[in-house]
Amino acid sequence: MNDAKTNSSAVPDKIDLEAEFQSSHIQEVLDKLDRELVGLKPIKTRIREVAALLLVDRVRRQFELTSETPTLHMCFTGNPGTGKTTVAMRMGEILKRLGYVREGHLVTVTRDDLVGQYIGHTAPKTKEVIKKAMGGVLFIDEAYYLYKPENERDYGQESIEILLQVMENNRDDLVVILAGYKDKMDRFFQSNAGMRSRIAHHLDFPDYSPDELMVIAKLMLAAQNYRFSAEGEKAFAEYIPLRMGLSHFSNARSVRNALDRARLRQANRLFNSRTKTLNKMDLMTLEAEDILASRVFVDGKLDGDPASGVIRK
Amino acid sequence: MMTNPGNRLTQGQFSFLPDLTDAQITAQIKWALKHGWAVSIEYTDDPHPRNTYWEMFGNPMFDLKDPAGILMEINNCRKTFSSHYIRVMAFNSSRGTESPAMSFLVNRPKKEPGFGLVRQESEGRMIRYTVHSYATDKAEQERY
Repeated sequence: MNDAKTNSSAVPDKIDLEAEFQSSHIQEVLDKLDRELVGLKPIKTRIREVAALLLVDRVRRQFELTSETPTLHMCFTGNPGTGKTTVAMRMGEILKRLGYVREGHLVTVTRDDLVGQYIGHTAPKTKEVIKKAMGGVLFIDEAYYLYKPENERDYGQESIEILLQVMENNRDDLVVILAGYKDKMDRFFQSNAGMRSRIAHHLDFPDYSPDELMVIAKLMLAAQNYRFSAEGEKAFAEYIPLRMGLSHFSNARSVRNALDRARLRQANRLFNSRTKTLNKMDLMTLEAEDILASRVFVDGKLDGDPASGVIRK
Repeated sequence: MMTNPGNRLTQGQFSFLPDLTDAQITAQIKWALKHGWAVSIEYTDDPHPRNTYWEMFGNPMFDLKDPAGILMEINNCRKTFSSHYIRVMAFNSSRGTESPAMSFLVNRPKKEPGFGLVRQESEGRMIRYTVHSYATDKAEQERY
């Protein structure tokens, strides 16, 4: 009788992992990740591992090998501009492809969205955010601000408790990603051990090397239909290490700001030479002079740096 | 004559069917969210057909993508008001409609006494009819 039962049930004998892999279209997402995100080796490896785990999990379920749903709450630490938000956004898409979350949308919040201003305000506020994030990814930027040890009546603790409860009970419904600077997050976890243990993946985003920043700059320009001239590229390659040595360097974000300023100078240059006729190439190209005019070159300070006195046009 | 054995309240959608399971409720909410309607939860212990405005359980839930959050609120409401009528509404705010697009019960009391018909004799041989909920004869806390 037992034999008859096993034969009639739909459990397959063999499964083609390759076919399963193809049908999930994970490779597309991973390729896209490789193409559009420069560097970030450890992050990409971990995402690949998570993808593999979820895929194997899905196959195991077909053999009726039940296991608990893995926790995928994550913590992204790293310096500013290292791509934490960008990866979080991709994470939603990846997890949706893998069937881990249903919608795959990203809800980005900070302390202000979670913590209320008076007694009884925090719980409904936090719950509302959680409800919005269900079926997707809840991204809490600068999560360490949730906990303010200097004020014992701070409502942040209440918010953390609700989050903890949801992270444990509604594991199927949403993925929580905390993000912040490494040292501050470490301090946050020291005082919130419960939070630490509920987060399975701690990912540290490395800083970009100058070469990687150059690739990023080119990608950014290409997305806006700009390009460097040969000299322009050389000038920008010189600019990057100089800028890295200055204070408040925030990786890709600094590169983006530098490019925005270069575009400004390019527009100004074209405007001043308006007696000449321009072609499409002129409008697209950033020349060396657009970059070399930066204050970083002239006197080793940033544009608009209060120490540098007059703000340069 | 018994036209409605068990005196089950028949208001809103699906009310002649057996009670919806959580999976069915989720599917209905998904439909509402797909249309961009705001879903809200309301409860009452006075289900008279003319009692349009039930008590709101929290604010209407805007901008949600997934029914799981609403189901969580429904279960909260069931826990708080286990022997009340609870309904889920979906409000369509598009211009020209601006009214509830869906409304269905998700919780009812164990025992539903139902409604009686009160006949009032007035001038001449005229009769005025009133639908009267037996439950409202009792105080608010003791109704169901």
